[in-house]
Amino acid sequence: MAEDEHEEDDVVRPRPFWSGVIAFGLVSLPVSLFPAVRGKRLSLKMVDDSGTPLSRRYFCEHEQKVLSSDDIVRGYKADEHRYVVVEDKELEELAPEKSQEIDLKRFVPLDEIDPIYFERAYFLVPDGDVTKAYRLLAKSMEDEERAGIATFVMRGKEYLVAIMAERGILRAETLRFHDEVRSPEDIGLPTKKKPAKDAVTRMQKAMKALTEKKLDQDALVDRYTHQVLETVKKKIKTGKDIIKAPEEEAAEYATGDNVIDLMQVLKERLQGKSPAAEDRTVEEHEKKPARKKNHGDGKKHPAGASSKPASLEDVTRDELYERAKELHIPGRSSMSKKQLMDAIRKH
Amino acid sequence: MAARAMWKGVIRFGDVAVPVKLFSGIEDRDVHFRLLHRKDKYPVKQAMVNPETDAIVPYAETKRAFVTDEGDLVMLEKDELDALAPEKSRDIDIMHFLPQHEIDHRWYDRPYYLGPDGAGDEYFAMTAGLESSGMEGLAHWVMRNKEYIGALRVHDGYPMLMSLRHAEEVIPVESLQAPSGKPLDERELSMARQLITMLEANFEPEKYHDEYRERVLEMLEAKQKGRAVKVVPFRKRAPSEDLTAALEASLRSTG
Repeated sequence: MAEDEHEEDDVVRPRPFWSGVIAFGLVSLPVSLFPAVRGKRLSLKMVDDSGTPLSRRYFCEHEQKVLSSDDIVRGYKADEHRYVVVEDKELEELAPEKSQEIDLKRFVPLDEIDPIYFERAYFLVPDGDVTKAYRLLAKSMEDEERAGIATFVMRGKEYLVAIMAERGILRAETLRFHDEVRSPEDIGLPTKKKPAKDAVTRMQKAMKALTEKKLDQDALVDRYTHQVLETVKKKIKTGKDIIKAPEEEAAEYATGDNVIDLMQVLKERLQGKSPAAEDRTVEEHEKKPARKKNHGDGKKHPAGASSKPASLEDVTRDELYERAKELHIPGRSSMSKKQLMDAIRKH
Repeated sequence: MAARAMWKGVIRFGDVAVPVKLFSGIEDRDVHFRLLHRKDKYPVKQAMVNPETDAIVPYAETKRAFVTDEGDLVMLEKDELDALAPEKSRDIDIMHFLPQHEIDHRWYDRPYYLGPDGAGDEYFAMTAGLESSGMEGLAHWVMRNKEYIGALRVHDGYPMLMSLRHAEEVIPVESLQAPSGKPLDERELSMARQLITMLEANFEPEKYHDEYRERVLEMLEAKQKGRAVKVVPFRKRAPSEDLTAALEASLRSTG
């Protein structure tokens, strides 16, 4: 189930990781989860010699043929020579009861959760313009210094999650399952030996000499990215190795609305700006990349995507969502990319 | 069963050198599928394809490009990028030691246990030193051509390197503003707190199982034997409009 979700990492417009309902007793609170961790600042495109963006596609070595998503099915290796074929629909049907709800049934002391369990962080934003239940839950959890624990299923994976409140904002940390975290015994680390006293003293001295009170955040800078960006800047300055955007495309970029920042979305949604208003911006925005031919990742913006259902897998979730909207497919906002593909195909 | 080390390095600070082995602190338990060609059930390969012509471009002929805000492409040759790659080294440099909690867990990415490489005298002395000082080391190392920043800390009595995310990747909660609105109703707030108290528990990670993973494996087993799989329907809850009523009912049914 761990598959190419990273393909969606550099989607132009931030989409919620999950939308659904937080259940707190009989209080239910519709929310969306947005990542608290952004993708890398540096995303390079793979292009050919002349600068045509390439798409990552599947092909059959046997037939030497590029395949469309309809030609592909998942297989689970049963033994050396046999795969069990599994349809996406079969996987989705296994867990519908948890997929739309995070039920906070237990509240645990904040300091009891060992950070080794933390996997990824998300911010919770209220769905819609009513923020009262959100504020009430955040305030009472913060007062009690407790985190709510629950499980939910999304995109073919079950998540254990801790919901925490800080500064009036609800945050979710997905947690690793206990059997995913190894213990020193699992690894077979040697039994502890009592070290010589003078050896420990020497260590302590060396540590003390390097001790600082505060973390210098410059240490956390991504040096490689900065260096690549430096090289890019130099090339722009000298005009070396630049392929200019075609005119009509340059005009689109010039309007500057081709990137909507995650921060902007978070700020708006936390203040209860309704998702309906947001959807309109998506629509206006999404039309643009669809017209692009040369630039932009070919995988994300296949030419004439809307008339070629065979290449659904090559389309982003955003684009699938737009198409689902045109087709008036119910429940589309909470569907995963796979579910959207399925629904569109069946339509 | 002893795990295999994924990398070997030497922790260095001041005149100290501690040879160590790295072990992943987590175990991947996801169910992995291969993608197959539906027609002949052969595992598929990936290729870079020109979307206009459907022609496969061999990996060695592909180039990297940076897209500017104007939509222009800045071409980068592979050897230009390789030249920027960090230098190979076995050193795990400890730049500073910091009080615990100074390296916020929000930066945490992946845990790696450290085991001794060799006799382990230095290794156990370092562990004892870390434990008694209450400090964590800020580490820097290059593993498999990638640069890492990490926290050197003690977990379960053994030294661990927790790799950290880069500064630009983490959105600080301080940069956001909490939802605002009319002051909360004191009675509702006290009921909500009471409900939390009633649902108090300790964090017992071993109590949670990836039931979905178990069901997937069960289904795969059933499919191999040609049996059918059950499906459970579900209905979505509507948002609560009357908070007071919902809280009162929750307290009644929980208490």
